[in-house]
Amino acid sequence: MCLAIPGRIVEIDVQNSSSAIVDVIGTRRRIDLGLLEDDKPLVGDWVLIHVGFAMSKISEADALEQLRILEMLGESDAALQEVQGYGLHSGDDTPA
Amino acid sequence: MKYVDEFRKPELIRKAAAEIRRLVDPQRHYRIMEVCGGHTHAIYRFGLKDLLPSNIDLIHGPGCPVCVLPMGRVDDALSIAAQEDVIFAAFGDMMRIPGTQGSPLEHKARGMDVRIVYSPSDAIKLAKANPDKHVMFFAIGFETTAPSTALTLVRAKTEKLRNFSVFCNHVMIVPAIRAILDSPDMRLDGFIGPGHVSTVIGCRPYEWIAKNEGKPIVVSGFEPLDLLQSTVMLLMQLQKKEAKVENQYARVVPWEGNRAALRVMAEVFELRPYFEWRGLGFISQSALRIKPAYEEWDAEQRFKVPGIRVTDPKAAQCGEVLKGVLKPAQCKLFGNECTPENPVGALMVSSEGSCAAYYNYEHRKHNRLTSLSLSA
Repeated sequence: MCLAIPGRIVEIDVQNSSSAIVDVIGTRRRIDLGLLEDDKPLVGDWVLIHVGFAMSKISEADALEQLRILEMLGESDAALQEVQGYGLHSGDDTPA
Repeated sequence: MKYVDEFRKPELIRKAAAEIRRLVDPQRHYRIMEVCGGHTHAIYRFGLKDLLPSNIDLIHGPGCPVCVLPMGRVDDALSIAAQEDVIFAAFGDMMRIPGTQGSPLEHKARGMDVRIVYSPSDAIKLAKANPDKHVMFFAIGFETTAPSTALTLVRAKTEKLRNFSVFCNHVMIVPAIRAILDSPDMRLDGFIGPGHVSTVIGCRPYEWIAKNEGKPIVVSGFEPLDLLQSTVMLLMQLQKKEAKVENQYARVVPWEGNRAALRVMAEVFELRPYFEWRGLGFISQSALRIKPAYEEWDAEQRFKVPGIRVTDPKAAQCGEVLKGVLKPAQCKLFGNECTPENPVGALMVSSEGSCAAYYNYEHRKHNRLTSLSLSA
């Protein structure tokens, strides 16, 4: 059962810090934070939910960094192709 | 949907697919195993094979905990539940798994009290709501799910809940990968590593695959961009003749794993000396059982279990598909005797089974295209 979904914590039970409400695309569900007691999430944090338990916090910084890397894919290659099109590397100054 | 949509951007998918085409060596045939059933489904669901060059072969691994469970264990669970005043509680995925006398759903039709739960916590709630019945929770899953079962057992013990037990079938991913690598019929170049299991066990448990076996492994997320980026990372390692563990899913997977989850697992579970896996045979120290301190909540201690070994129907090739030796469509029963409506084996039923994935996404597409061309 690999299925796990991201959800945002909207409320943590005052009487039981292991119990929280998450928002998953607008639907609210009660989940268990008992597996994150070493790194307790706060209201507003995003967590990965699996069979009703939060497994991990989702790092916004890591997500953004990953997307940045993905955006850059192919850019150095495109730059190289552009430069090669100028014929500069061969010292040739006739048009390509 | 946040943390999902961004990883499906068409423009980024195009870039990643182009990068893969740029990186492949046209003279080489790449065999990459994606261990996790969730990855298998994502690959089919998003049509990722169509984006990859034809010399990359994605091989489905045994990372489907429902699929690897031998039929005898399903029979055992049902025999416990057949007893007076027992409620059989399991995830929805388990409901249509074939047992020798039928699936849990078929047993329900014949009068057994069978309930779907979405969390082991639900099973405890069920026990509290039905004090005159006994709730047996059929626990399956890799290390992703084991901590939740463990924490639930801790709670059951703390609260002295008497009418609740767990039939534990949690298995471990690393022994399965080891069995694949030890198998003589498998030649692999690298692995797309399990995503959610790794949130619990971290990335260190895979280091031997890189160091001792010399195969690169990239722990991957489940969105199309995750899988494509993981493929890029694998190809880059292969190009540079490197073999290391990389974490593509860093936004969710901590390198060191989840200590609290590992602690609660160690509190409640111990290793079985061996366990039988469909397709991989008996593997030592590959599965978990409940420790004596929790024996009151261990269904195998509270009830007599037949423990009969049941082999799959001879014609079914579930084992070979699980090991990645055969593709789903190569099994003789695929699409004929074995369909999601009438499954012979668990791979055709489980949400992580490769046969179910192939049938639902590929097979129907081909049939539709065939019938369209026939009617034209």
